Amino acid sequence: MSDLSELKVPGPTEIELTKPFWKAAAEGRLLIQRCEDCSKAVFYPREICPHCWSDKLHFEEASGRGRLKSFSVVHKPGHPGWAPVAPYVVGLVELDEGPTMLSHILTGAGEPAVGDRLNMKPTNIGGRVLPAFETADEGAYNG
Amino acid sequence: MTRSRAALIGVASLKPVRQTEGETTLGMLARVSARALADARIEKDAIDGLLVGPQVGETPQHVPATVAEYLGLQPVMANVVDLGGASGPGMIWRAAAAISAGMCETVLCVLGNHRNPEAPRSANRNPIREFDVPFGASGANISYALLMQAHMAKYGTSAEDFALIAHWARANAQRNPNAIFYGKPASVEDVLNSPLIASPLHLYEIVMPVAGAEAVIVTSARRAKELGSRAVHLLGAGEKVTHRAVSQAPNLTSGPLKPSMERAFAQAGVTADQMSLLSLYDCYTIMVAATLEDSGLCEPGGFGRFMREHDFGPDGDKPMNTHGGQIGYGQPDLAGGMTHVVEAVHQLRGTAAGRQINNPRFALATGNGATMSEAVALVLGADE
Repeated sequence: MSDLSELKVPGPTEIELTKPFWKAAAEGRLLIQRCEDCSKAVFYPREICPHCWSDKLHFEEASGRGRLKSFSVVHKPGHPGWAPVAPYVVGLVELDEGPTMLSHILTGAGEPAVGDRLNMKPTNIGGRVLPAFETADEGAYNG
Repeated sequence: MTRSRAALIGVASLKPVRQTEGETTLGMLARVSARALADARIEKDAIDGLLVGPQVGETPQHVPATVAEYLGLQPVMANVVDLGGASGPGMIWRAAAAISAGMCETVLCVLGNHRNPEAPRSANRNPIREFDVPFGASGANISYALLMQAHMAKYGTSAEDFALIAHWARANAQRNPNAIFYGKPASVEDVLNSPLIASPLHLYEIVMPVAGAEAVIVTSARRAKELGSRAVHLLGAGEKVTHRAVSQAPNLTSGPLKPSMERAFAQAGVTADQMSLLSLYDCYTIMVAATLEDSGLCEPGGFGRFMREHDFGPDGDKPMNTHGGQIGYGQPDLAGGMTHVVEAVHQLRGTAAGRQINNPRFALATGNGATMSEAVALVLGADE
C-alpha cells in the first residue's frame, strides 16, 4: 500500500466558519460544536443548531472516541486520486458525544466489524493531517 | 373507487444508450416531449405547465424558461424539481397539485441527459464536499455500500439475498428490448462473481449510467375524460426529505420512503398487498431491499425470504420492475426515477408490449434521491 500522505486527492473546502475545525485537525485534535441552549453536540459545524435553531454554538474538543456504525472496503474509488491506496476503508463513526461523521478507517489487522470501538488517529492524507480513526484496543475503554 | 387526483395521459422514453456524441440536454428533452405529446394525442398548445429537472453544466439557472423557449411553450406554471432520483415521481404530484389549485390544466414533466465524452460537472462547495470527500468517500457507490453493510450487520442478511434483486432485474430486462441489459441475463452466481466495487456492493448490483430521457403528460381527470384519453390515474402520493450526506442519515436501514408510502397508500385508500405492480426505484440492490421492508410487504430484515418466496416477472405473483428496473434498463441520470412511472403507466393502460401484466389495477411507483434521503411514492390506478 502506498503512503496516504503522498496521495493527490481533494482536500477539505474550508470556509470561514470551519477554519477552527481544520486548524485543530492539523494539530491532531477533533472539534465538534456544542449548543449552549439545548446542550446537544453538533457535527459538521453549522451557523445554527440543527436541533433547536439557536445560534449559540461553540467549538469544544471531542473525546475522539466512537463506534463504527458501518463501513465499506473501497475497491474502485469515486475519485481517481485514491486509486494508489485501494482497497481502503471508509466508515461512519458515531462519536461518543452523539453525532456521526464519515472518516477514513485505518485497518491494522484485516477488515473491521460494525460495532467496533474506534479512536481518532490524526493522519496525513494528501499532505494534510485529517481526523482518521483506528480500531481501539479491546479493553482499553469501558465504553 | 378512490378519487383520481390527476390523469397521466401520455408517456415516452428515449432508448437508453451508453454514450452520445454532440447531443444536448435540450435536444433530447425536445425529442422525448414530442413523443409524449403524440402518445397523449393532444396538441402542443394544450400544454400550459412545465416541470423540469436541474441541468448541471448546460443550463445552471433559468432552466424552465430555457426549456420552454426551446419547445415554443409559454407555460402559466413552470418550475424545477430537484430531488435526485425522486424528481420524476415528485413532478407527478406537483403537476396534480398545480392543476387542482387552478394554476394550469395540462403539465409536461420531462427529464433527460446526454453522455457526451466530456459530461459537464460543476464543483461542489458544500458540507458533503468538505467533510466526506477528503476521507476518500466520493460518489454514491460508497454511500449505498455503507447502507448495505449496516443492513447486513443489523439483520444478518446475505450477499445472496441482495444478488437475487439484481438477478430479477436482469431477468425482467430480457422482455424489454429497450433495456441496456437486454440479451444479458445474470444469475445470482454471476452477480456474486462480478467485481466488488465498494464492499459489500458488486458491480452488477449497481446501475449502469446511460443517456436517455423520459416524459409524462399530466392533466385533470375531467379533461382526460373530455379528450377520451388513455388515462392512468394518480390516486395517492407522499414525499419526505431527511438529509443529504449518508453520515447525517437518521436511520441506515429504513428511509423516508416509509412515511411517503404510508401517506400515498392512505390517500389512495389501498394497501401494499393490492399492488399489481411494484415499480420500485433501484439505483442499488439495497434500495429495493429497504423499500420492500419499508412498504410492509415483508418485515424488517425479511426481504431475502420475500425474494425467494415470490416470482417478480410480469406473469408472476408479485410483478416488480417489469421494465428491468434501472439495474436492468440503465440509469439515465435524473430521468431514471421517471422510468418507474412510465412503466407503471404502460402496465396500467395495457401498452406494456411483450411484458404486459394481466388486468393490473394498482401500481406503486417510487423515487429516491441522494443517499436514501429524498423520497417520493405514488399510487397509480388503471382507468375504471
